[in-house]
Amino acid sequence: MENLVLQALSGLASASSLFLVASGLTVIFGVSRVVNFAHGSFYMLGAYLAYTFVTQLPRGHLGFWGGVLGAALLVGLIGLVVEVLLLRRIYRAPELFQLLATFGVVLIVQELTQMVWGAQDLLGPRAPGLRGSTEVFGLRFPLYELFLIGVGPVVLGLLLLLFHRTRWGTLVRAATQDREMVGALGVNQRMLFTSVFFLGSLLAGLGGALQLPRESVNLHMDLSIITEAFVVVVVGGLGSLTGAALAALLIGELHAFGILIVPKITLVLVFLVMALVLVVRPHGLLGKPEVAARGGQGSAEPMIGPAPAALRWLALAVLALAVVVPPFLGDYAISVLTELATAVLFAASLHLIMGPGGMASFGHAAYFGLGAYGAALAAQWLGAPMLAGLALAPVAAGVFGLVFGYFCVRLSGVYAAMLTLAFAQIAWSVAFQWVEVTGGDNGILGVWPDAWAAPKLVFYYLALALCIGATLLLRRVVHAPFGYALRAQRDSALRAEAIGIDAFRTRWLGFALAAAAAGIAGGLFAYGKGSVFPTFMGIPRSVDALLMVLLGGVQTLSGPIIGALAFTGLQEQLVRLTDLWRLILGVVIVALVLFFPQGLAGAVRARWEARHGDA
Amino acid sequence: MATLEVQGLEKNFGGVRAVQDVSFAVGPGEMLALIGPNGAGKSTCFNMLNGQLKPDAGSVRLLGQDITGLAPRQVWRLGVGRTFQITATFGSMTVLENVQMALLSHHRRLGGLWRPVAGMEAAPARALLERLGMADQAGRPCGILAYGDLKRVELAIALANEPKLLLMDEPTAGMAPQERVSLMALTAQIARESGIAVLFTEHDMDVVFGHANRILVLDRGRLIAEGAPAAVRADPRVREVYLGSGAVTGAH
Repeated sequence: MENLVLQALSGLASASSLFLVASGLTVIFGVSRVVNFAHGSFYMLGAYLAYTFVTQLPRGHLGFWGGVLGAALLVGLIGLVVEVLLLRRIYRAPELFQLLATFGVVLIVQELTQMVWGAQDLLGPRAPGLRGSTEVFGLRFPLYELFLIGVGPVVLGLLLLLFHRTRWGTLVRAATQDREMVGALGVNQRMLFTSVFFLGSLLAGLGGALQLPRESVNLHMDLSIITEAFVVVVVGGLGSLTGAALAALLIGELHAFGILIVPKITLVLVFLVMALVLVVRPHGLLGKPEVAARGGQGSAEPMIGPAPAALRWLALAVLALAVVVPPFLGDYAISVLTELATAVLFAASLHLIMGPGGMASFGHAAYFGLGAYGAALAAQWLGAPMLAGLALAPVAAGVFGLVFGYFCVRLSGVYAAMLTLAFAQIAWSVAFQWVEVTGGDNGILGVWPDAWAAPKLVFYYLALALCIGATLLLRRVVHAPFGYALRAQRDSALRAEAIGIDAFRTRWLGFALAAAAAGIAGGLFAYGKGSVFPTFMGIPRSVDALLMVLLGGVQTLSGPIIGALAFTGLQEQLVRLTDLWRLILGVVIVALVLFFPQGLAGAVRARWEARHGDA
Repeated sequence: MATLEVQGLEKNFGGVRAVQDVSFAVGPGEMLALIGPNGAGKSTCFNMLNGQLKPDAGSVRLLGQDITGLAPRQVWRLGVGRTFQITATFGSMTVLENVQMALLSHHRRLGGLWRPVAGMEAAPARALLERLGMADQAGRPCGILAYGDLKRVELAIALANEPKLLLMDEPTAGMAPQERVSLMALTAQIARESGIAVLFTEHDMDVVFGHANRILVLDRGRLIAEGAPAAVRADPRVREVYLGSGAVTGAH
């Protein structure tokens, strides 16, 4: 019994910390409609800056609390700079572009943080006056945790006062409800957005700084907190402060008691709850449906047509090179080419969802990974030969695509992206935590091709044939009635339903088809590497896929292919040449979003059409 | 037998009784206009007929079959074509492809994963566009079409499943006066030739009194008058509704 109380209290403490971060995220989203991946980076920066301030300033109350508040303020200012330099320019961009841009910031901050503070974990001092512990039901409970429990409600109270008792707060609430109307009333939106961003970042920094006495400061804090903060914000309802508080409470306690009851699946549990909430309440506990921005009029998506002759010849030439050159290359180059082939299919499969399907997926790596694990598990536990494993990969990915997709394709925009992310994290957590079956973090090793395909060159040709074949099939599908039906429901769901097209079923099957195709890529990738790891389904890999598609351009069919080649090639070179590849990649992402919103293929096409006077 | 038969239709939004006890019927080849001031419940009424809204009470019958509460796509399968007040077409497709989609759906060929759409149902789609005077626009993307042309494309789409009933929500809104007359004359001709029942709402009284065989007048959710154009024009209740609410006959 006493144990349960302690557990509940420590749940409250984490809920409180979680709320600090989530409140900033949700306030920023409410006003700017930007889902800010970099929010976790601000949290991490808060912790690092607090570490520096607190250790440099004289010891004592002033040094510690001054350091914490100073760190929070400085993070707020950093957030302000990011808003002015980057986000301000992309408020009108599609959600996925915003997510990507802020993910670019994540990479940049990660690299810079490592440059300044080094890679090793840092341990901060404990808070003066709160070092000891107190007795709760005869058991010892740290004073600092008690203090944290108090911080959450106090901050919530202050924020509610700020939003309900000041003119600025009223404007923020009004903008959360109807941004355009507030603009029409003559409110200076720029100032409003920038100040909201300052406040949100400050809260993230404060959340991070307050962790200093609690846990070590490290470079993984950003992504681990941001996924949890996403969960809290989405469960609470995007933009809802009280919702975030409620959800933080729910998730905090879920963590605390989940460890007691089912220690194996704590990670799964959190995302399962999020998926459940979104299925039952598509806009979170206290969220409101977004005002539809588009009318019934067909959107201005460009048409698709057969590839121009020049492009066909170029593709044939590249393909010929891909067939003729490899025998003259070394093993390393051949495995890079094998990876390229799988990347092309992976990107093409995501493109089917995003382009013709018009859906957002932030968790496409799940299906890549499920294909890889399907093949690897069959090899490991059933002793399946390679071809059987490769046949199983798309089936495994496709089946999960059907199950997960059934829920994901009902939502749209940010919520859909978040739900796909949640399902991907569920798959990831299972691979990570179900050690007996999946090997956990160590993965499954020894997934090698059968003897006949063991030579790198033979396996490369196999991978090339399967990936190019599947990619061409996907292209074919886009030109066939089913692909048209996908575009039809994207262009105008109203018209699609009015001519007998079942929009839900079309999206659902499209999603599953893309998942199966990604599964083929994953299976080949597994045999090519000889092993599978949970990272195959991690967020970074989903981001890779998004980058490939967006780098190439969503609106052209050749976009994902060009994007996959460009991205994988770039990454390969960067990793080999420099330690700063994350920094460079981050800058590239940000530059891409700012300057090539149509992607490489889109930019080329725009030039082509300008020169050839196409409609 | 009437093509469409509506009995005691009702719809409330919260406390607002948007449509109350509306009953009427349309026969083959007949042009029936549904008019009324803004907020009278025309669109609500319309949306209940093709399944976009579920009525709180009442029944909708198509050729004797009860279709109340069916989804729009099911209603369409039974032979009801629909055009929208604000046009809805597929902006990333050409005019021809838009019509092809309706034809492919009608023949249940949309599951195809292999054969390109380009050659499928192209000839009948062209024929439909020809009939509506849109043949020369067949290759243009719908996303860049003029509004009046989009209305014609919508009509072509709506005719693709050889409907028994056409529901047209303000079919001529946004068109030039000349175009309005020719489009409605064409619609009436097609309706007569193919025995299609047409129910349309319209704000343009020239269109209504020029082309409708019969007129229904809706005010605050209730039918207040029904009959031939001349009778409706003379009806004092209709005059009161329109003149009382500030609308002027003949205005847009």
